[in-house]
Amino acid sequence: MKTPFFNCVTAVISKDLRAEIRARELVSVMALFALLSLLVFSFALELDKGAREEAVSGVLWVTLVFASLLGFNRSMSQERDQGNLDALLLAPVARTAIFVGKLLGNFIFTLIVGLAMLPLMTMLYGLNLLDGWIILTEAIGIFGLATIGTLLATMTVQTRAREALLPIALLPIALPFLLTAVRATKGILGGAPASEWQGALGMLAAISVIYLVLCLLLYEYIVEE
Amino acid sequence: MGGKTKSTTLDLRMETSPQPRLLRILTVFTILGFAGTLVLGFAVAGTDIQQGEIQRIFYIHMPSFFGAFTAFGLTVVGGIIYLARKSETWDRIALAGVEVGLAFSLINLLTGSIWARPIWNTWWTWDPRLTSAAIMCLTYAAYLMLRAGIDDPGKRRAFMSVYGILAFVTVLITLFIIRIVPETIHPVIVGASPQNAQGGFEATSGVVIALLPSLLLWLTLMPITIMWHRVRLEARIEALNLLKLQALSE
Repeated sequence: MKTPFFNCVTAVISKDLRAEIRARELVSVMALFALLSLLVFSFALELDKGAREEAVSGVLWVTLVFASLLGFNRSMSQERDQGNLDALLLAPVARTAIFVGKLLGNFIFTLIVGLAMLPLMTMLYGLNLLDGWIILTEAIGIFGLATIGTLLATMTVQTRAREALLPIALLPIALPFLLTAVRATKGILGGAPASEWQGALGMLAAISVIYLVLCLLLYEYIVEE
Repeated sequence: MGGKTKSTTLDLRMETSPQPRLLRILTVFTILGFAGTLVLGFAVAGTDIQQGEIQRIFYIHMPSFFGAFTAFGLTVVGGIIYLARKSETWDRIALAGVEVGLAFSLINLLTGSIWARPIWNTWWTWDPRLTSAAIMCLTYAAYLMLRAGIDDPGKRRAFMSVYGILAFVTVLITLFIIRIVPETIHPVIVGASPQNAQGGFEATSGVVIALLPSLLLWLTLMPITIMWHRVRLEARIEALNLLKLQALSE
């Protein structure tokens, strides 16, 4: 008899959360990376007031994508190294439930980092990023990233090159998220009328849904032995 | 051990079988068809009044994208059937689709670039459609890198089937992006052009007479024939690797 779907999802999430609370490996690494990246960007781009308004949404999303890459890799390697993935796959649960659990775990961790970046960037760059719409854009964009990130990381941790392959596999597929999310964030930041950026936000949501459906259908095939 | 040797040599003989007659016919038709569309494009279609001779590159530029579309589409089909049936042939078809599609989309980018130099006065611009076409190429280049990084053949086939299906989203985005992000300067020849499009021209009867045969050729014969050759080549490579392994283990 199989464990009900949602019990399994919550079990996987609570396992990830508990491990994270005890070891503090994921969020701390991602947050530190994000902070460094923000500083490096501001030095490298010599961001003055005018350039900041142009570049800030790009800086936000590029940092988020790279930080999330670290997180996805770490989260799947943990499963792999400790042999936990095999144990999960042996358990009489739906494979998609494992996927949804890992996906939501990754989503929560990346979102924490993403939300923490907003007040920090507001202070560093002197632009108000604490806006409901920006938070919504972040949530949708990070959910989309976590969807394909979880699927692809499950694939790449099983390969020879391990960590090195995830960026190569993920970045081109994540670019549609990046394009639409940057466009929406930029519009919101610049105070453009809603009609100008809501299209991009809608498309971001649509792409997330498309990838979510595809990943739910395909996950089964990349964990079977 | 003896039984294994026998089956491998049998495999190899199967893979080196002569080309099926249909493939030969297809090859001849593809070559003749390509020559024919070149004649139509260079000699039969009239010179564009505004753009001059450079407009003729369009008869390869747009069809090559649709050739890539067919090839990448066959990768999706190959991936789905492989996942359902686990038959190696379909995985080879998926791989052939990626390689042929990548080659075609590079032709597409290159011809577009050559055209853009005199018409837009630049080789490259970060236009939404150009960007998404470049992303599409990178996605399939990533497919090949990822494929080379997976040792276990069963895992490699399953993973790459999944990746081939995911990657097709970038093809669809390239196809539809001018409907979604309207501020492109890339002209649309069939249907209404975007407001900012620069360098468009009318699909008059003179254009259609060269475009339609070329489009049909690149949509069907070109990718299918080349992919068929590539599938046979892949089967031989796999058989050869098997023989090598066997020779080393003896």
